[in-house]
Amino acid sequence: MTTFGFFYLVLLACVFMCLYRIGRGPTVPDRIVAIDILGVVIVGFCALLSMDTGQDVYMIVGISWALIGFIGSLALAKHLEGKSFDE
Amino acid sequence: MRRAVIFVLSLITWLLLALPIDIVAWEIHWANLIAGIFASLIVALLFDEVFIKEHARAVNPLRYLWFLIYVPVFAYYCILANIDVVYRAIHPDMPIKPGIVKIKTDLTTNSALTALANSITLTPGTLTVDVDFENEENILYVHWINVKTTDVDEASEIIAGRFEGLIRRIFE
Amino acid sequence: MSEIIGLTLVSIGLLFDFFGCFGLIRFPDVFNRLQAATKCVTLGTCFILVGTFVYLGPGAIGIKALIALAFIVVTTPTAAHAISRASHAAGVELDESTVVDKYAEEKD
Repeated sequence: MTTFGFFYLVLLACVFMCLYRIGRGPTVPDRIVAIDILGVVIVGFCALLSMDTGQDVYMIVGISWALIGFIGSLALAKHLEGKSFDE
Repeated sequence: MRRAVIFVLSLITWLLLALPIDIVAWEIHWANLIAGIFASLIVALLFDEVFIKEHARAVNPLRYLWFLIYVPVFAYYCILANIDVVYRAIHPDMPIKPGIVKIKTDLTTNSALTALANSITLTPGTLTVDVDFENEENILYVHWINVKTTDVDEASEIIAGRFEGLIRRIFE
Repeated sequence: MSEIIGLTLVSIGLLFDFFGCFGLIRFPDVFNRLQAATKCVTLGTCFILVGTFVYLGPGAIGIKALIALAFIVVTTPTAAHAISRASHAAGVELDESTVVDKYAEEKD
């Protein structure tokens, strides 16, 4: 197995652990935490992909994912707290 | 003035992201650069309201020097924190003693409080839950994975003491 | 040489990522999970991005990796803060090993 193949497997294990927490719960905030962390893991995945292939498209996807995932987590947290977004 | 600061910051971000100036071949992609200038202008005109209020501080070079000193200090504590948390996660008995404690700080500006809260979140066993203002002092509620003391002053010294001085020099 | 250093940094980052996600599964309540996940996964991904920068040199991808690092370091603690406050406001119960909750005492 190549070095990068091993790296992908480790990150895939991280992704499945996050998915376990999303599916299992038990409360709504647990799922939100897991979704937030899944986003950060995927940014790492994008960095590995662009290291492996040498294309910068993956890194652009990673940057966008970091920003949009952050806004999504904030929106979910605000919704849970029962407030509108501009408070 | 504030618009100028926003314009420069967004133009720097554009230059780093889109790289209109090829350093190796030393040629400038004019279409890319002009698009960046227009985009930064639009951002500066539209998002004047939502940017930091203390814009004059963003042009003081001394603050950037202190920031450069702050980064390695922060990175050192961050790595220590991670080794600590990993130890707690893989230890079979899971030696945790969690609790939410209250600490106080004499930082006042919004950007300084944000920086302190984020630094606390990324360093040993602590996570900021809420920021409050009472009795002329800013209060932070901190979730601590291994509570050593519930006294306000002692907890403030342990949790926030190591960053307050540097953050005051950078953001106040 | 830079390739070896880059791959070493990526390996350290993957180790932190793995144990961060492991903590996400193992710890008992939301706040402890946030502690483990936020710190370890943020630092792990930062190591991976610095490793990318070292491995590829300061080209188009390397600079983008550093920008992604800056975004992650600023945004993840903020999101963790928002989620922890929201879950406390939504009435999530803390684990029974919790020794003190000043926040609930003050808010009453």
